[in-house]
Amino acid sequence: MAEKKVKKEKTPRQLMPEQEASIRAKNFDEVPTGQSEETAQIEASRCIQCKKPACIDGCPVSVDIPGFIKLIRDGDFTGAISRIWEKNGLPAVCGRVCPQELQCEGKCVLGVKGEPVAIGNLERFAADYERKSRKAPKLEKKPLTGKRVAVVGSGPSGLTVASDLIQKGHEVTIFEAFHKPGGVLVYGIPEFRLPKDIVFSEVAGLEKLGVKLECNSVVGRTVSLEELFEEGYDAIFIGVGAGLPTFLRVPGENLIGIMSANEYLTRSNLMKAYLYPKYDTPIIRGKNVITLGAGNVAMDAARTALRLGAETSRIVYRRSMQEVPARAAEVHHAEQEGVEFYFLTSPVKFNGNEKGRLTSMTGLKMELGEPDDSGRRRPVPIEGSEFDLECDLAIIAVGAGPNPLLTQSTEGLELNKWGYVVADSKTGKTSIKGVWAGGDIVTGSATVILAMGAGRVAADSIHKYLELGI
Amino acid sequence: MFKIVRREEMSQGNVILNEIEAPLIAKKAKPGQFVILKANETGERIPLTMADTDPEKGTITVIYMVVGKSTLLFKELKPGDGYQDVIGPLGQATHLEKLGTVVCVGGGTGVAVLHPITRGLKQIGNKVISIIGARNKDLLILEDEMNKASHELNVCTDDGSYGHKGFVTDVLKDVLEKEDVKLVVGIGPVPMMKFVCQVTKEKNVKTLVSLNPIMIDGTGMCGGCRVSVGGETKFACVDGPEFDGHEVDFDELMLRLQAYSEDEKKSREEHVCSLKG
Repeated sequence: MAEKKVKKEKTPRQLMPEQEASIRAKNFDEVPTGQSEETAQIEASRCIQCKKPACIDGCPVSVDIPGFIKLIRDGDFTGAISRIWEKNGLPAVCGRVCPQELQCEGKCVLGVKGEPVAIGNLERFAADYERKSRKAPKLEKKPLTGKRVAVVGSGPSGLTVASDLIQKGHEVTIFEAFHKPGGVLVYGIPEFRLPKDIVFSEVAGLEKLGVKLECNSVVGRTVSLEELFEEGYDAIFIGVGAGLPTFLRVPGENLIGIMSANEYLTRSNLMKAYLYPKYDTPIIRGKNVITLGAGNVAMDAARTALRLGAETSRIVYRRSMQEVPARAAEVHHAEQEGVEFYFLTSPVKFNGNEKGRLTSMTGLKMELGEPDDSGRRRPVPIEGSEFDLECDLAIIAVGAGPNPLLTQSTEGLELNKWGYVVADSKTGKTSIKGVWAGGDIVTGSATVILAMGAGRVAADSIHKYLELGI
Repeated sequence: MFKIVRREEMSQGNVILNEIEAPLIAKKAKPGQFVILKANETGERIPLTMADTDPEKGTITVIYMVVGKSTLLFKELKPGDGYQDVIGPLGQATHLEKLGTVVCVGGGTGVAVLHPITRGLKQIGNKVISIIGARNKDLLILEDEMNKASHELNVCTDDGSYGHKGFVTDVLKDVLEKEDVKLVVGIGPVPMMKFVCQVTKEKNVKTLVSLNPIMIDGTGMCGGCRVSVGGETKFACVDGPEFDGHEVDFDELMLRLQAYSEDEKKSREEHVCSLKG
């Protein structure tokens, strides 16, 4: 017995096999290639099945983590996915893009002295196993209630609301402004991090359950919230994301070769410009690319640039490595692939040639001063430290704001001073009766899983409202 | 699919009219607004300002010049075929009000965008003087329609093959001398709009222009369509497409429109070659 225990503790965290950095930096295939059944079971056996699992507290949608891990350990992979589905409709997505180190894995007790259980990898394993085997019993649908729900936006929050409410017997229609569903999962996150087929397969699953999908529908333009109520919808959920790119407002920003990360990634991901000319949308393939910002979106852009043939791809960030907001795995992958980091550097202006094309960025060196409102040490410019960085493509990835298209065309919808929708954090209710909101349009740019958590909260409240009128 | 119910060729096949079934858009669209069209799965999203709408029939009309691979693809679509995606109505509608005498100046396919605005300005009670131009007679479009929509129509061709020989700006100068003009609407190629604005600025006559920069989503998400207006960056898709012409940085716009010119040229050549087999 004692011997077995010792052996258990020694089992190292199972590594996820990956494409080699020098090879993957030239293709758009997914970086991690997926675990075998055997390694997944070994990893699952590392979980000590805590009586009071802290990991569940770390999960915004409260997945029964020890429960599904135990099922994987025992070889019941189909049982594992069914267990996850009870709380999370998009496990193949979350297993790939959640910041596990800040959530479930960050709370894992094994992490105190050693390495936490690879919960994200196991979630991904269960979802991928099911996508290939299709053995799990389909989710059960409650009898039809006759109530109709409109979901505006098909990103993570909207998909969660749709999934929860269709199962509860309500009729659900998703309105998507783009020509394809998935929101940021499709236009923002690159193929090498989240293959689009996975997203479309999740959406197809919802459609099979009866969710209707209306693409090319710009709510606020093609149809208003008022008109949706007139058409007979009983409740509306707004999950339109934070789709307004932030620019730097420095001289030269309108030169050709400077674009928002939204534009760069949408061209590459949604429009498949990386397959140009097979797909018609072009993209600027920079030789020397800089990306301003150091969040997940910045990593995605910098890594995309390498795959599109850049000789150098540099992250320019005004703070230091410590403050980098991106998921640890993304920074690690970016470094492995050859992305260079210019920390404590702030852009001053962009310089161009007579054709209006970008040739360089003038940067200013910074040093860290006193902590600011966010608790992070404020970068302070070092006088006279200007320098030029040669570049023919600059991608601005310093965050996004609330897109006013829907919010400004909706009378009576209360917004905060930054233009985000004001919604009750416990219910998702907005200032308009029958209208809920969640995800980035409420919180500002956050993560897929937090948007899903907000979707769950709103769906519960919408269900209550439709059933009980409260 | 968004079916094409009517198709016409103008300007010797260089300009195409498509009337497209899009009932939701037709019901909502106002003069000055645009749609985004995508022909097929691999296609590009192309913004086009609507030339007409018929809410009862549930159709919208676009008129475009064939310039690159995407518009060549559009040209190949026959009545009964359709666009895979049509998104709209997008952008701000033209603010139509009764001002007195207004002048509508159009060049090339800009006349198609100008036409519903001209009609609207006349309907609301303005005296409408229109000036339309093209390089030569064969390239002129919508002359009859513009005639009906205006109180007075002046036609110019660069080569003198029809109407007044010269540029629309020549006629515009004369009209501004003779009439008390309250507003000029100028829509056409960027250089034309730039010169129209130079003429009207001298006379201090308010001038609206409609811009068509490169964009993807058309909903304010990508920022690709940014233009400098009065020293500030605006998004043509949500703040426009119409702007005060005296404030627009046309030189910057002209450069930005060239962002993908090399790619577009190659793409078009390859497409034409593949058609020839």
